[in-house]
Order: sequence, then C-alpha cells, then structure tokens
Amino acid sequence: MTFWVVLTVNSVTFGGLLFLLSAGFSLIFGLMRIPNLTHGSLFMLGAYVGATFLVGLISIKFNFWVAAIVATLVVAAFGALIERLLLRRLPGDQLAQVLVTLGISFMVADFCLMAWGGDPINVTTPDGLGGFMRFGTLTFSLYRLAVIAIAAVVAIGLWMLLDRTRLGAMIRAGVDDPDMARVVGIRVSQLFTIVFALGAGLAAFAGIVGGPILSVYPGLDQDMLPLALVVVILGGTGSLLGSFVGSIIVGFIYNFGQALLPELAYFVLFLPMLLVLIFRPQGLFGRQVP
Amino acid sequence: MNAALVRSLALVAAFVALVTLPYWVTGTYYINVSSQILFYAIFALGLNILVGYAGLVSLGHAGLFGIASYVVGYVLAEGFGHAPAILAALVIGLLSTAVFAALSLRATGIGFIMITLALGQIIWGLAYRWISLTGGDNGINLHGRPAPFGLDLSAPSEFYYATLVIFLVTVVAVTIFVRSPFGAALRGTRDQPRRMNALGYHVWAIRFWACLLSGLLTAISGILFVYYTQFISPQTTALTASAEVLLMVIAGGPATLLGPIVGAALVVIVKNVVSGYIERWNFLLGAIFVAIVILMPEGLVPGTARLWRSGWRALRRRQAVVIAGSTEPKP
Repeated sequence: MTFWVVLTVNSVTFGGLLFLLSAGFSLIFGLMRIPNLTHGSLFMLGAYVGATFLVGLISIKFNFWVAAIVATLVVAAFGALIERLLLRRLPGDQLAQVLVTLGISFMVADFCLMAWGGDPINVTTPDGLGGFMRFGTLTFSLYRLAVIAIAAVVAIGLWMLLDRTRLGAMIRAGVDDPDMARVVGIRVSQLFTIVFALGAGLAAFAGIVGGPILSVYPGLDQDMLPLALVVVILGGTGSLLGSFVGSIIVGFIYNFGQALLPELAYFVLFLPMLLVLIFRPQGLFGRQVP
Repeated sequence: MNAALVRSLALVAAFVALVTLPYWVTGTYYINVSSQILFYAIFALGLNILVGYAGLVSLGHAGLFGIASYVVGYVLAEGFGHAPAILAALVIGLLSTAVFAALSLRATGIGFIMITLALGQIIWGLAYRWISLTGGDNGINLHGRPAPFGLDLSAPSEFYYATLVIFLVTVVAVTIFVRSPFGAALRGTRDQPRRMNALGYHVWAIRFWACLLSGLLTAISGILFVYYTQFISPQTTALTASAEVLLMVIAGGPATLLGPIVGAALVVIVKNVVSGYIERWNFLLGAIFVAIVILMPEGLVPGTARLWRSGWRALRRRQAVVIAGSTEPKP
C-alpha cells in the first residue's frame, strides 16, 4: 500500500516538473511551429546556474527561492537572445530554425560540462522543506508536495495569463492564425521573443526546482528533452491543458515503468505516444492544423 | 575542354586516388581515417536520400545505424558466424526501418523530425537500459573481422579495400536511383506532394520505399562501423550521432551526390584532428551547425559549384567576346 501511494505522489511530482518544462515547449511550438530542441539544455542550464548561486558565486550566496528566480531570469534572457540573434535571421525557414536550436543545444551541453565538470551536483532542499509529513502510517517528503503545489500555482498563473490578459489573447491569436493576427495589428514577431523567453524561463525554473529531486548532471538535457517531446505529442501542441494532462500521464508512466519494468521503462514511456500518433495524430487536446 | 570532360577527368582522378590510397598514404592511422570516411559517407548518402531527395529530415538515423551494429555484435556473441550476423543485421535493420517509417510517415516536415527524434531516443534508451540484451553502458565487444574469399580484413588496408568496394557500389546504386523515374517521383513528392497525388502517384508508398532504401544503406554502414571499431555502445545511437550524420549531409549539400561524401570527409577529419588537440568536439559540432545553417544553407558542394560555375562562365564570356564579338552564353 505504502509503495503504491508513494509511487503515486512521486508520479504527480514528476508530472508537475514535466508540466513546467513542457508548457513553454508547447507554447513555442504552437506559436513558432518549431520544436525547440534547446529546451532540455535550458532546463539543465537553469539547474546549473541555480545550483551555482545556491553554493555561492564570488561570495554571492542566495537562498533557494532567490536563486531559482535569478536562474529563471538569466536563462529567460538567454532564450530571448537566441530568438533575437539567431532564429530571427531565418524567418519562415522552420527546418533551419530547428537545426540552429539543435546546434545550440550541443554548445550549451558542452559549455556546462566545461564550466561545471562531469560530476553530478546535488542541490540541497530549501530550508523548512527537508522534512516529512505523516498521514497515519504514510510519510511524504514535504518538498515533493511543495513541487506539486508550485506546479499547480504556475499552471493557474499561466492559464490566467493566456486566458484573461491582453497578452494572452494576442498569443492565442498568434497560435491559431499568425497571418490573420498580423493583419489585425498584432506584432507576432515580438510575441516570438516574449514566448521564447517565457518558455526558456519556465524550463530553467523547472530545472532548479527539480534539482533537489533529480540532481544536476551532464546528460540531464538529453534525458529531459524526449520527455518534453512525448508530453507535447501526447497532449497536442499549443494547448496548455494538453501539456498538463500529457505531463501527468508521462509522470505516471515514467515512475511506474521504472519501478515495475526497469529495463523497458524507456520503451514503455513511448508507447502512449505511438498510440496517439496512430489514432489521433494532432494529440489529445490539439486542434487539427490546416 | 568542356565541363563534362572536366567532370569525367575529376571522377577518374578521384577513383584512382581512392584505389591507390594505401600506397601513398603512410601510416595505418590515416588509412583507418579513410575507412571511417568511406563508411560514414555511405551512412550520409543513405540519410541524404531522405533529407535531400524526399525532404524528410530524420533525427533518429543513428538509432537504425546502432540496431544493425548491435545485431552483429549480439549474433556474434551468441556464437554464430559472420555471414549469419551480417544477414541478420540487414534483415533486422530493414524491418526496424519499416516500423520506423510506418510511424514517422504519419507526419511530414517538423512532425517527422519530432517523431524520428523520439524513436531514436527509444532505441538509445533500450540500448542503455536493456542490459541483459545490449550490455548497457559497457556495450558489446567483437572479436575479429570476417575473411570473405580468403581475404583477411583485420589489416587496415584490406579493410579499407573492402569498405571502398561497398562504397563504390553504393555510389553507383545511389546515382542510378537518383536518375531513375523513381528518383524523379521522389523529388516530386518533396516539391509538390499534392500535385503528385493528383497525378496518381502514391506519395506515401514512394516515401516509404525511400525510407527503406535509406535504412538499407544505414544498416550497411552500421555493419562496417561495428567491424571497424570492434565495439558498440549506446553512445553510437545517441542524438549526437544522429546530428553528426545530419551535419555531414547539410554541410556537404543535401540533394547532391558529392555533398554527403564531402560532408562525411569534413566531419570525420575535423573530429579526428580536432579531438587530438581539444576535447570540445561537441561545442565545435554545434558551432559548425549554426554557422553553416546561417551562412551557407545550401551546403559546401553546391556553394562551391556555384562559385566555380560563375567563374567558368566569366572566363567563357571573355573568350566569346574576343572570338565572336557579341555571343553571350546562356545563363
């Protein structure tokens, strides 16, 4: 019993992290029509930058949450730079844009290896959340519950942003019909930068928040990127609800798969993706792209 | 002297240079690098059928490459001979390609990239985690190379010649394929899929067969690779490896015959030479990728050919002006 409950909590926690990662991926895909292959690297970069500020960089030492926010801002700025300086030069050429993001992902991965070395870095759990919570005979890690709460808050915040604000309406218009959005006076190219920075920041935030659970190590980017891909293929691109449901599904399959079929966990993970591709290629909540 | 003559002379010169290579290249190291270039060129030619002629960019080809290598390693480790190992690798390589194609041809364009990337990662994940089959991170070691027709391939130059024969056959086969009606139909599905459909071509089937051909060349190069290195590990199937071969195609020039070969030579040489000096190969790979996509999106071979042609034309124009006064060569 305990085993199953703990596994379920872990699955929801991991699903929450995946949501933070893939919401940005899905928005970028929906708006710019490119899979951002740097997304895993941005996740890893956020984790490394955050961990550096936690340990202390040139006598600057932050508390966990400040470090998380600083890492988010740094990586968001980096994302905006990538969009402005590189992707902007290749308008309309999606293939070239994908290849550029792939090239950058290798550069970031190698840069991280150069800067932080090959040993995994353990990120300490923030103060006050290191303990456990008891329900009868069951114990839960406080931090994992906190991650679920954070993911829920971010999900609600993103939903409010997209559904209730003017910027959100503009992004939705850009996702649905970029040409028509331009015609009515929305500067879609400016939205590209905003959404790219937002997605990069969310990925970095997920990286540092996931740090105490996953730790930070070289290759983390290539572990996370396929998961984001699976989530988005499952849920459908450009749909927040799709990323949410997709993340929870993948979180469950990943954790249960690793516990029950460790050798085939990776394979089992991709099964729902294949099923969706065969029976509903636009994803569970995606709309058919004309 | 016209352009066609220059072309055939260059081809003959390249052929002679390749055949006599072990005599004028000293040192086994360089012969081995040449063998690497040749089997990576086969791999790049295979990927180019999809990327260049079908317009379908695959980021999972290292997975197919790795499957062929793993099958050879596994069958040999089970105690079978080289012939069954190679045969099994070809058959399983083609079958996996068929599954790969059936799934990824649900989409084209960006969707195709994402699905092939995900499929490639599945294969990497299986190679890494399914330890009882693949040995996990330790990989599989091979012992010895085959000796067809009494020719022992353990020596570098013998292995080079065997690779060269397969390479030349591949080049001829790909040339015939590209010039065949089927090759033309494939280019048609790349440029105008809807029109091709309206003309009565089965676009999906054409793409499927192109995938299979690409998979066959990939499997062949995977077999050569595993016999060359005598070792196979999950690293061979990683995304980096898929990106490397894609870089060969894109850097050399997609949809050309020479492009992938030049690209393979470039990447293998840079990788071998550079890794002798610095360990930041991945950083350089990424930087080359970004630079080529932004600065020379058509690839090195078409780019150079354009410069060469415009130089040639300028020369002819000058002669024409001297001889006939006003005849302008057609652009």
